[in-house]
Amino acid sequence: MSKLPEKERMLGMYRQMYLIRKYEERIYYLFLEGIMPGTIHQSTGQEACAVGMLYDLRKDDYMASTHRPAGHDLAKGVTLTSMMCEMFGKEDGCCRGKGGAMHTGDMEVGALVANAIVGGNMPISAGVALAFKMMKKDNVIVCFFGDGATNEGAFHESLNAAAIWKLPVIYVCENNLYSATTSIALTCNKPNPAADRAIAYDIPAEVVDGNDVLKVNEAATRAIARARTGEGPTVIELKTYRHGGHSRNDACQYRPKEEEKAWFDRDPVKNFRSYLLSQKLVAEEELQTIEKSIESDVDQAVEYAQNAPFPQIESALTDVYWEGK
Amino acid sequence: MALLSIADALKSAIAEEMRRDPLVFCLGEDVDIPGGMGGAFTVTKGLGEEFGYERVLNTPISEIMLAGVCVGSAMMGMRPVADLQYGDFLFCMMDQLVNQAAKMCYMSGGKVHVPMVMRAPCGASNRGAQHAQSLEGFFTHVPGLKVICPSTAYDAKGLMKQAIRDDNPVLVFEHKLLYGGKRKEKDAISTIGEVPEEDYTIEFGKAAVRREGKDITIVANLLMNYKALEAAQILEQEGISCEVIDPRTLVPFDYETVVNSLKKTGRLMIVHEDNYNCGWGAQLGSWIAENQIFLLDAPIVRVATYDTPIPFSPVLENYVIPSKERIVEEARKLMKV
Repeated sequence: MSKLPEKERMLGMYRQMYLIRKYEERIYYLFLEGIMPGTIHQSTGQEACAVGMLYDLRKDDYMASTHRPAGHDLAKGVTLTSMMCEMFGKEDGCCRGKGGAMHTGDMEVGALVANAIVGGNMPISAGVALAFKMMKKDNVIVCFFGDGATNEGAFHESLNAAAIWKLPVIYVCENNLYSATTSIALTCNKPNPAADRAIAYDIPAEVVDGNDVLKVNEAATRAIARARTGEGPTVIELKTYRHGGHSRNDACQYRPKEEEKAWFDRDPVKNFRSYLLSQKLVAEEELQTIEKSIESDVDQAVEYAQNAPFPQIESALTDVYWEGK
Repeated sequence: MALLSIADALKSAIAEEMRRDPLVFCLGEDVDIPGGMGGAFTVTKGLGEEFGYERVLNTPISEIMLAGVCVGSAMMGMRPVADLQYGDFLFCMMDQLVNQAAKMCYMSGGKVHVPMVMRAPCGASNRGAQHAQSLEGFFTHVPGLKVICPSTAYDAKGLMKQAIRDDNPVLVFEHKLLYGGKRKEKDAISTIGEVPEEDYTIEFGKAAVRREGKDITIVANLLMNYKALEAAQILEQEGISCEVIDPRTLVPFDYETVVNSLKKTGRLMIVHEDNYNCGWGAQLGSWIAENQIFLLDAPIVRVATYDTPIPFSPVLENYVIPSKERIVEEARKLMKV
């Protein structure tokens, strides 16, 4: 756990949450304007999950994300510019334009290439954790997945393996109530699809308010400590909510308006901002300065990415096999 | 030189690599339970005693997890060698092999690599349709995977060592009737052969000419290479001279050796236990047609398993799998064209 003074820690978390919010907002508009290629699965509304879980990881710890990776990647330290370039399919992208919106990541900062097969990152994370254990390293990996992934065979096979081998992996379910457009209540009888099932594998599980970054961070601290000291895996189920649709064409007509309103009132970024002010940890002016600076960073990243060169087309035929670099 | 079966050659390759490199480990269902079989075909039996059960890891029956753990640990620098007992179970882990292992290097823009080995026993052996298939063709279609199929003890050891040292995911197809291990299989062929004591590897993409000839080039892998050699003996007595090539690895594939042979023979026959439709022979046939058609004096012939699931009854199984009689008959027809 970081020993930063309270204010610095809090502002650090807020900075990351605000960056994710502005990044996703900007991406959304670039799509509406038809400037950006591909599709998007945005994490707006789930910023506290990413930041709370990852804030105290070391750089050499790892994180495995999903088809909704931007928040996780930014919180783990993938650079804003390399993310933005990847979104535009540019050579300077974190995956040199070969990954795209659903496969961002950067091994240099411990962010695995994000995985767009639901549950696909779960056994891989068990493998990463097994490697840490075999190499006698004290690293851990945080593996994110959605509520929908808890119905995948990969979820069950991975949890079982992590439990029997006491692997240093933290399985984090971001339960945003919908698997694409299907309510999780229609596809799982348990109220907590990840946490309730974790118990069956003898894995300690916590259900946490995923919109409260400090509560998420406390749960993360406990789980990281367990994993680092060889006590094995933890499942954390974060209750949260997408502000937007599943992907770019989803207008969310399947979600009750009252439900949306209740969750939108619990906006993790705005609420944390109010908390910081109410605790007098920071003054309004100081927050505004931070926010302006982040907005300017995002502007610059967009400008850089738009003007950056595309990859040479010949590069499409390289990297199929790794030949040593 | 030592005289080893393929099962023992594979075991010796894995053991030597584990001694050489502490990052190599093996894993799988029943991979080495004390008192168990050492995988389904004895290859990994006894490794746990030497290396301990953390490096010889017995896993739950969870194929998705098994393959995923290989991908994840490989990305962190380990070199997993997994055994899944029967190649048919590859289908249970298809996502991890095809969407994950094969694509990681590419999707990351070349920043990640996945050095893993997946060992898949294959071939029909009176076990019915779900423990019998020859699936090489499926995986040759996946960019990012390498596919190898050793058919002699010497090749088994050299290619396995090369597979473990390769920085990409490698699928190893091992034929059940060629293991020659302690587990006796009906109709098995003895593959006991000389294997050097010293360290050696065999480069991928180098075919072996098993028999020289001048009339027909027969390209056949695994068990079918032995059937082709038997057929070639019969054909020789009729004055038909066959050159028999074992591709040894399917991805990468050594087209050059086949082309050089066709320059002599002008006739190409491909024999595999993989079934006919889109088997690896279809790729070889079309590659030759596209690139070297003027070397051919006759149409390309493919002798493959018929397009059915593998039946149980030995009479039916023998019928659908290419036999030396079928190879001989097709060769005679080919010489009359």
